[in-house]
Amino acid sequence: MSTELTGAEITVRCLQEEGVDHIFGYPGGAVLFIYDELFKQDKVRHVLVRHEQAAVHAADGYARSSKKTGVALVTSGPGVTNAVTGIATAYMDSIPLVIISGQVPTHAIGLDAFQEVDTVGITRPCVKHNFLVKNVAELATTIKKAFYIASTGRPGPVLVDIPKDVSQHKAAFVYPENVSMRSYNPVVRGHGGQIKKAVQLLLEAKRPMFYTGGGVILSNAAEQLAELVRMLGFPCTNTLMGLGGYPATDSQFVGMLGMHGTYEANMAMQHCDVLVAVGARFDDRVIGNPKHFSNEARKIIHIDIDPSSISKRVKVDVPIVGSVSGVLDELIKLLKARKEKPDQTALDAWWTQINLWRARDCLKYDRASAIIKPQMVVEKLYEVTGGDAFITSDVGQHQMWAAQFYKFDLPRRWINSGGLGTMGFGLPSAMGVQFANPDGAVACVTGEASIQMCIQELSTCKQYNLPLKIINLNNRYMGMVRQWQEFFHGNRYAESYMDALPNFVKLAESYGHVGMKIEQPGDIQGALEEAFKLKDRLVFMDFITDQTENVFPMVPGGKGLSEMILV
Amino acid sequence: MENEAGALSRVAGLFSSRGYNIESLTVAATEDPTLSRMTLVTTGSDDVIEQITKQLNKLIEVVKVLDLSDGNHIERELMLMKVRAVGKDREEIKRMADIFRGRIIDVTDKSYTIELTGTGSKLDAFLDGMERSAILETVRTGASGIGRGERILKV
Ligand SMILES: Cc1cc2nc3c(=O)[nH]c(=O)nc-3n(C[C@H](O)[C@H](O)[C@H](O)COP(=O)(O)OP(=O)(O)OC[C@H]3O[C@@H](n4cnc5c(N)ncnc54)[C@H](O)[C@@H]3O)c2cc1C
Ligand SMILES: Cc1ncc(C[n+]2csc(CCOP(=O)(O)OP(=O)(O)O)c2C)c(N)n1
Ligand SMILES: [Mg+2]
Repeated sequence: MSTELTGAEITVRCLQEEGVDHIFGYPGGAVLFIYDELFKQDKVRHVLVRHEQAAVHAADGYARSSKKTGVALVTSGPGVTNAVTGIATAYMDSIPLVIISGQVPTHAIGLDAFQEVDTVGITRPCVKHNFLVKNVAELATTIKKAFYIASTGRPGPVLVDIPKDVSQHKAAFVYPENVSMRSYNPVVRGHGGQIKKAVQLLLEAKRPMFYTGGGVILSNAAEQLAELVRMLGFPCTNTLMGLGGYPATDSQFVGMLGMHGTYEANMAMQHCDVLVAVGARFDDRVIGNPKHFSNEARKIIHIDIDPSSISKRVKVDVPIVGSVSGVLDELIKLLKARKEKPDQTALDAWWTQINLWRARDCLKYDRASAIIKPQMVVEKLYEVTGGDAFITSDVGQHQMWAAQFYKFDLPRRWINSGGLGTMGFGLPSAMGVQFANPDGAVACVTGEASIQMCIQELSTCKQYNLPLKIINLNNRYMGMVRQWQEFFHGNRYAESYMDALPNFVKLAESYGHVGMKIEQPGDIQGALEEAFKLKDRLVFMDFITDQTENVFPMVPGGKGLSEMILV
Repeated sequence: MENEAGALSRVAGLFSSRGYNIESLTVAATEDPTLSRMTLVTTGSDDVIEQITKQLNKLIEVVKVLDLSDGNHIERELMLMKVRAVGKDREEIKRMADIFRGRIIDVTDKSYTIELTGTGSKLDAFLDGMERSAILETVRTGASGIGRGERILKV
């Protein structure tokens, strides 16, 4: 039949049908037919990275900063194993991705063929789902299912493993309009009765608190959240993953909570009487010791699309399974229909208490320091970009300072690896962000250790002229590790110092970029302004910062939320 | 669950990666060849069982999960046992098998192979009742379960 297409053609056609405009990948033997088809068309633009981990992080950054599903393409064997860190990173943060991997031909599977790994087996624990396509006739439906599963319910990465012969074989091509699966029907609407109970609790609350997370961002529900929180006049805190879900410059925002959260957020979390958890999963870095957390009596309302996130670490009183946006719409509607208002006297007293906690000024640092304080760099970055940049980050102290000091007013502006904590995420994810937002200002706040985990991507940035701004908070230490060693391991800095750091300015230059080294606090602002004026150049800014600076507040592991170490 | 390659390993993988224990697991296709049914026996506190149920439901290939021990149910397990049977022991063993409603399904001049079905504890009792040194080999299937009366698990 003349209308039959090869598996490779089908794969590319499916991507086109899904409206995929960018895919991030790296070629190899098992995916050559697919690359051949990509070559012959120009709807789907392929971005060539320098390491498969970066392909997945870039697709991930693309997804987080847009509302779309990110797509990566890798070859079999080492291509897949390199991609695993990226896949696990996306899985932990519930990011919708479709990863297409090549596999050895079906007849060679199981024979220890060249570049064969059990891709489905290796990735099983870190994907939402995965498929091995053994028959080209099932390819189109499988890819359709992959996009459907990745982007609905609690999102996550889905992998489609395509043996080389399947990409060569032919089948008729029909892209299904939609798929239905009897075993996969994510709940969207919350239970009416539960929502009514929640309304009642909200109206009776004396010391209420909103605690919101990544689910607000994933559900595109920032507007509804702002409406609800303002309508009630309650305080609101965000998790690390939830930043930007509620405007950070709003007076009802009490900052991030958790291990490195603000004093006021953690104290309010511990002492509230009604807690509304919205798209947040009571992570161990958020509530600290769960026993200590439950020492105080409080009623908990928990909105989450994934039933397994509810009552996993903390028992809740009003579980509501559903999408954040749908449930918040419903709550707003019901509250508007009610004549009662929350107890204003109680609320005033609660705010007086919160403002006392606020007055503790837990994020203060030495602004007069003669050595650059990393916090100041982030503050200046905020000022220079008018708070309007996309900020990606790596993992460590710099990540926490970026989260604490850049005030995110909009969702999908703060891009970081929270769940897996993957060093190396910052630069490649920033590439994906820039592709999704070609006119946006994109900065990567990183550390000298993290940046070296995917530094090769400076080459990709050159190839595609990505004008990223890399803010390297260079403390000559794996600062976060050093901090733990200082606090909990008797100042024994075992292997947290790296000798022989590169000259980052020259390194950037050798990749064809602009490099700057900044050593004086007085130069921070000018340097940042200069860098952001270079609209079409990547600028690597190496800030030489205070080696001894620590992240405060800090809830030590195993301690309760109110047992913070403060400056 | 869907009768697909890989579905079983997803369930097994879930239990090992989240540290839940599997006491036994049986699985086979049903009257609908696109579906297979698994009976899995596990233990844990109510919270753990709740998480297990939720996590199983999350697996894409799992169609329905039912905690049989939430209500009345029937549980059966099959055991095959090969025992040394010589001389006067042959009579004794035959009588034991009869008491437990077991059947002797293979015979040699030195051994019997006994088939026995029942709850796990019945099979345990039979094992305890047998002379240890006479047991040459046992193989058990693990429990299969079904609700009592009108209680039906159907897609
Ligand atoms: C060095 C380091 C330090 C850290 N310190 C902190 C800290 O101080 N404070 C902190 O908060 N975190 C911290 N983290 C991050 C922490 O590890 C977790 O990643 C984070 O707290 C989880 O955020 P979350 O609860 O918002 O959940 P996410 O991982 O964002 O999960 C989202 C939740 O929303 C649900 N959801 C998804 N989509 C929807 C939808 N459409 N509708 C409804 N629900 C939905 C999901 O089922 C899930 O339960 C740190 C990480 C690192 C690496
Ligand atoms: C891939 C990976 N390996 C190890 C770690 C453990 N780890 C967490 S923070 C950190 C140090 C990061 O150092 P740097 O990038 O310089 O950031 P800083 O803390 O100094 O700001 C390490 C090693 C990790 N998160 N990821
Ligand atoms: Mg460092």
